[in-house]
Amino acid sequence: MQGMITVFWKELADNFSSKRFIILFALVLLAGVFAIYVAAEYIREVEVETQFVFLKLYTTSGEALPSFLTFIVFFVPIVGIALGFDAINSEKNSGTLSRLLSQPIFRDAVINGKFLAGVVTIAIMLVSIVMLVAGVGLWMIGVPPSSEEVLRLMAFLVVSIVYGAFWLGLAMLFSIFFQRVATSALASIAVWIFFIFFMLMLAGLIANMLVPVDQQSGQQELLRNAEVNLMAMRMSPITLFQEAVITLLVPGVRALGFVTETVAAWMLPNPLSLGQSLLVAWPHLVSLLALTVVCFAISYIRFMREEIRST
Amino acid sequence: MTSQLAVETVDLTKTYDNTTVVDRLNLHIEEGEVFGFLGPNGAGKTTTILMLLGLTEPTSGVASIFGYNSTREPLKVKRISGYVPERVGFYEDLTAHHNLTYIARLNGLSEEMVMKRVSESLDVVGLSEVAGQRVQEFSRGMKQRLAIADILIKTPRVAFLDEPTSGIDPEGVKEMLDLIARIAREQKMTVILSSHQLHQVQQICNRVGILVKGQMVVEGPLDQLGRDAFGGGRFRVEVQLAETTSALVDCIKRIDGVVGVERSGDLLVISCLEDIRPQIAKAIVDNGGLLTQMKIQSYALEDIYMKYFTEG
Repeated sequence: MQGMITVFWKELADNFSSKRFIILFALVLLAGVFAIYVAAEYIREVEVETQFVFLKLYTTSGEALPSFLTFIVFFVPIVGIALGFDAINSEKNSGTLSRLLSQPIFRDAVINGKFLAGVVTIAIMLVSIVMLVAGVGLWMIGVPPSSEEVLRLMAFLVVSIVYGAFWLGLAMLFSIFFQRVATSALASIAVWIFFIFFMLMLAGLIANMLVPVDQQSGQQELLRNAEVNLMAMRMSPITLFQEAVITLLVPGVRALGFVTETVAAWMLPNPLSLGQSLLVAWPHLVSLLALTVVCFAISYIRFMREEIRST
Repeated sequence: MTSQLAVETVDLTKTYDNTTVVDRLNLHIEEGEVFGFLGPNGAGKTTTILMLLGLTEPTSGVASIFGYNSTREPLKVKRISGYVPERVGFYEDLTAHHNLTYIARLNGLSEEMVMKRVSESLDVVGLSEVAGQRVQEFSRGMKQRLAIADILIKTPRVAFLDEPTSGIDPEGVKEMLDLIARIAREQKMTVILSSHQLHQVQQICNRVGILVKGQMVVEGPLDQLGRDAFGGGRFRVEVQLAETTSALVDCIKRIDGVVGVERSGDLLVISCLEDIRPQIAKAIVDNGGLLTQMKIQSYALEDIYMKYFTEG
């Protein structure tokens, strides 16, 4: 425990004093400022209902301009990767790892401390940026958030931190498996690119393979195809995160996935309560958490079993 | 009794993918010794050290330090042993002082002790003045000294130094060796020094062991090593005479310190423990022999080492 705490504080200090962090923080800060700008420009246009105005700060997008949420979806993985891609292999390469491991600490103290420090760094970054947007937004639109909105924002933060932790865990996994720092960075980025850009194509491909559709296809088949497509998309942590946070930040979202018109006609157009929204997003959150745990567990086992070799 | 050995291995073996790196190694190092662990690159020195520290698991056999089993009680072992890896590294962005405080805290020292030990250790290795500088500005020799300071932090009972003199200039090597010898003496620390450069190590080691292909080919104090290696003493005296007689040979054999005499034609090859040329010359003259020339050759450890290397 002592060892882990020491590693944690050292890594946290390293994270915050590294140039890498400053660059990332500048980037995320820019995203926040940009989000406020977009919200300022467009919030009046999209606002039709008077409920949950405050949350709109985070979800409003302009014609071609993305919302704060989109930025988060794109940037949090980068932050996680940047904090974790060289966690273990850089220590190995610089010869500090064997010195570290010859100290009287359990080996997992190193990896736990590093992971925890990364998660806390991500958390601090996200909380500060969300607060910043909230502060400027409050001053700009003059509508204070309701208690439910505050709770929703907190839930959103928790999900975002888990999302960041997933990417951090993935990057650390690569840093254990690959000797070279460049390789592990590239591998992490490759996974990110794959999920952001190629998953869409792949999901379509899978759906069309399992449920082929053409112009003559009936509604039932089209629906099945779309459902398979969505399920395939949900293999991606990015989709999971996107759907979960949309549910949390847009209370009007009543269901994720496809709803036929006959069913939709029965749905009331009013927003869900927080509990219900959480219920809708719950499976996504659990899946995201499970992915994070799997990543970390693989890293953990591999690191614990790894032998320190002389060469 | 056996548990009081500083370092002990029993049939220690390590195999990587069918290659045996360390082969049934039996080491016994007593407390307070400075042990030179010699051998060519790839002989298994580092692997042995890693197994002793519990960083690598042996395929079979037992490694222990002061009676603690390295594989089963690694934390206890790590608490009392310091390790300087061959390619020692520090956090380049942090200062020397920071690097050491980190290690001190990992050892669970109280904040007061952390500061005290760090400044003491930096003092011992003579780096106090550059303590506030980033390690990236350090030379190789300075980093090596910092590595020594690094292990002093936890006041270990055993120190493993893996090639501590590699990559530094001759002046630095001398300083480094003096430093190690001084620390071993002052702190009563058992030191295991691995190296492939003998002549450096021979100055400070009480005992050496030569490891070739994972096996200890020879082990013992230096002079004894020479005797084992050549079936004779550390000096070889070649005497050329006008003619040799058996009586003369017998007479020389009786001189104190002579280990053996070989006779080939008019040449006598005498191996002895000390430089006893005057006595030999006297014996020859006393026996009426005619001395043409006399040559002496001393065996440095280098020769001993070379012998094992070529055999290995």
